[in-house]
Amino acid sequence: MDRAELITLLSSRLGSALLSTEEMKNDDSMLVVDRKQLVSAVGTLKNDPALGFSTLMNHLGVDYQDRLAVIYNLYSPLHRNKITIKVYLDRDKPEVPSLERAFHGISWYERETYDLLGIRFTGHSNLKRLLLPEDWEGHPLRKDYVYPASYHGIETGRPDLLDDTAAPGGADV
Amino acid sequence: MLERFNIVNRFSGDADLVLTTVDEAVNLARANSLWYLLMGLACCSIELMQTGGPRADIDRFGSLFRATPRQSDLMIVAGTVTLKMAPRLRRLYEQMAEPRYVIAMGSCANCGGPFDLSYSVLRGVDKIIPVDVYLPGCPPRPEALTEALLKVQEKIKKERYFLKKEA
Repeated sequence: MDRAELITLLSSRLGSALLSTEEMKNDDSMLVVDRKQLVSAVGTLKNDPALGFSTLMNHLGVDYQDRLAVIYNLYSPLHRNKITIKVYLDRDKPEVPSLERAFHGISWYERETYDLLGIRFTGHSNLKRLLLPEDWEGHPLRKDYVYPASYHGIETGRPDLLDDTAAPGGADV
Repeated sequence: MLERFNIVNRFSGDADLVLTTVDEAVNLARANSLWYLLMGLACCSIELMQTGGPRADIDRFGSLFRATPRQSDLMIVAGTVTLKMAPRLRRLYEQMAEPRYVIAMGSCANCGGPFDLSYSVLRGVDKIIPVDVYLPGCPPRPEALTEALLKVQEKIKKERYFLKKEA
């Protein structure tokens, strides 16, 4: 199935959940999906025999400065199709329904995205930080993240030995 | 009877007396029984394993690994210390019995190394525990780690516990 046929099929099956489509440089199709209809759209993609996107290959989050996004890469072993699903989120209140029901393996991916970007996955069974300590403040992969000067009394910077103008003992980060 | 077990009594005959100071005898024993804590945190620990392996073989200097800080004299910090690991590393160091020594192995343990601009990496293990020997390299070869161990031994052999302090 070529890309045009696939997109026609997808738009007929997904209906209003599909906001727009985009061609990607790696010969892949990207679908922008409505946030509120994400769970039902993924359910259709997974369970519809004509589509059969039953494998979650990757999940990640992006900070576009004006808004955030989550990205899901799905693969259909039956029809050998790959698609990329993108959901845009508000920067002020980044919330998206968890896909744990559809794909159990996404649990830790969503925890990582929450840890590093602060995107909340509603309905997730255990939404705690995955990599960073639980008492860490902020989400480091946000573009406006402010690097802390110390953590539990441990100084996190180090003076630049090559910089003559820096005050001795000052942090260079 | 000793000959039967192939043991030569070096102290029989002429040399039945050995003269030394208590300090030197104790330090000789301490320097040649440096048991190190298993503290492999990243790729440096692979080189640490090689150093304990048959080719570099630091067992011949009386150094072997222990899995508990209670039985360790030396902590070889082999790898990147994250800020999440830092309090745990500090606690393991505090659980070791004194006198205790630390080798900061590799660029990461020295100063953060290639992760200098990261948000989660400690910029050098000397920010939380005192370090005796800084070993550069990314990662250092087993020969370099052997040299660092010999430096710690040199340091131990120079220590004096039993001399009276000068007024």
